[in-house]
Amino acid sequence: MIEIQHLSKRFGKFQVLRDVSLSCAPGQCIALIGPNGCGKTTLIKSILGMVLPTSGSIEFKGKDIAKDYHYRHQIGYMPQKGRYPDNMTIGQVIEMIKDIRGSKEALDEQLIDEFGLHDILEKRMRTLSGGTTQKVSASLAFLFNPDVLILDEPTAGLDPLAAEILKDKIVSEHQKGKLVFITSHLLSELDDLVTHVVMMQEGEIRFHMPTDALKASTNTSSLAKAITHVLKQDHVQ
Amino acid sequence: MFNKIQRFIVADILKNRIVLAYTLLLGVLAWSVFSLEDDSHKGVLTLLNIVLLTTPLVSIIFTTIYLYNSSEFIELLLSQPIRRARIWTGLFFGLFFSLALAFIVGAGVPILLFVTGAKAIILLVMGILITAVFVALGFLCAIISRDKARGIGIAILLWLFFSLLFDGLVLFLLFQLSDYPIEKAMVGVSALNPIDLARIFIILQLDVSAMLGYTGAIFKDFFGTGLGAAIGFGLLCLWVLVPYLVSLRMFVRKDL
Repeated sequence: MIEIQHLSKRFGKFQVLRDVSLSCAPGQCIALIGPNGCGKTTLIKSILGMVLPTSGSIEFKGKDIAKDYHYRHQIGYMPQKGRYPDNMTIGQVIEMIKDIRGSKEALDEQLIDEFGLHDILEKRMRTLSGGTTQKVSASLAFLFNPDVLILDEPTAGLDPLAAEILKDKIVSEHQKGKLVFITSHLLSELDDLVTHVVMMQEGEIRFHMPTDALKASTNTSSLAKAITHVLKQDHVQ
Repeated sequence: MFNKIQRFIVADILKNRIVLAYTLLLGVLAWSVFSLEDDSHKGVLTLLNIVLLTTPLVSIIFTTIYLYNSSEFIELLLSQPIRRARIWTGLFFGLFFSLALAFIVGAGVPILLFVTGAKAIILLVMGILITAVFVALGFLCAIISRDKARGIGIAILLWLFFSLLFDGLVLFLLFQLSDYPIEKAMVGVSALNPIDLARIFIILQLDVSAMLGYTGAIFKDFFGTGLGAAIGFGLLCLWVLVPYLVSLRMFVRKDL
C-alpha cells in the first residue's frame, strides 16, 4: 500500500533519513519506534508530503505521491503537537476541515462523541489544554474513515480514560483492515495494538519485522522486553 | 468555484481590528482632506501622498505578520488533500481582497464622491494595485526567513526603501549627474519603484506635471501616451506577479 524506496532527507548539514526503504500492506498495525531525533517524524511527514525528500520515492497504492496530492484523501493524520488557528473554535475547525475535504462518504464522529467534544464546540483553540487539543487532532484523523491512519505519539498528553477510548478506536479500525502507523515511546502501551515493529536509529531502519517473530527471536513475552533485549545486545557487541 | 480557503481568510481578516482601524484611518483622512480643500485637485494631491505612504506600509507589514501567525493554519491545511499552490494562492487572494476592500471602503468612497472623471478611477486603481504589490512583497518577506522578527524587519526595510530611500537615491543621482542628459534614463529608473510609478500616473492625470520640470515633460511624453500608460500599468502588474511567483515557488519546495 505504501512503498518507500531509498528515501533520504538532509536538512542543511543534518542527514535525517539515510536510504530508508519500507513496504507496508493493509491490515498491518506498525509501531515506529526509536530514540528521539532518529527521524520518525520526518519519515511520517515525508509520507504526508509535508517534507520533500532529498532523494528516493514514496508510492501510495502504486502512485508516486510527489505527482498527485489526492492520496491524502485516504490518510488520517494525528500530529504529535497539533497546531490550530488560535481564534477558531473547535466547531469551526471541524467544519472547516469537513468543508475542505468535501467528503461525500459518511463521517465517523464516534471519537467526537466519546471525547465529549460536542459540549465544548464553542471553545477557542487557544484556550484548550494540550490534552483537549490532542482529542481534537484524534477526532479529525478518524473523521473521514481513511484507509491509512498515521498517529504520531497519539496518547501523549491524554488522560487515561481518553487514552483508553483512543486505543479501543485504533484496535477497531485496525480490525477493519486498515493500515495503522503509530509512533510512541510507551512500548507497554503498544503491546496489544501492533502487528509489526519498525525500529529506527540515526535515520536508518534497524529492523522491520512482525511482533511475534521479534518476540520469538529474542525469547521474550512482551514488546518492551524484546526491544530492551535487542538494545542490550547492541551494547554488548 | 470560489476557493474555500479564501473564504475562511477573508472572514478572518475582516474581523481583524487592525484592518478595521486601517479602513477607519483612510476614511477619516480622505473625508477631512476633501472637506478642507475646496479644490478637488489639491485634495487629490494631498490624499495621494497620504495613500502612497500608508497603503504600502499597512499592506506589507500586515501581510507578513499575518503569514507568520498563520503557520499553524498552513500546517493544518498541508496534511489535508489540497495542492500546496492552492493554499498559497488562497492566502494571497484572501489577504489582497480584504486589504483592497479596506482601501475601497476607506478611501474609495470619498474619492468617488468628491473627485470626478478619470482621475477618481485612476486613483482608485492605483491604490488597489499598490496594495497588491505590497501584499506580494509581504509574501516574499514571510517565505524568505523562518524567523518572524527577521521577516518583519525585511518588510519594514523594503517599505522604507521604496517610500523614502529610493527617492533620496534618485535625487542624489540627479544632482551628481546634472550635467548629463539623464531625463530619459529617469523614466527607466522610475520603473524600479512601484510607488513612483503610481505617483507619476496620478500626477499626469492632474495636469500638474509642469511642476516636475523638464523631467516632467519627458514623463508626460512617455507615460502620457496610450502605449506608455500601458507599459507603466504592465510594470506595476509585474511588480505584483514577480514577487508573488517567486514566493510561490519557494513555498511549494519548502519543508514544513
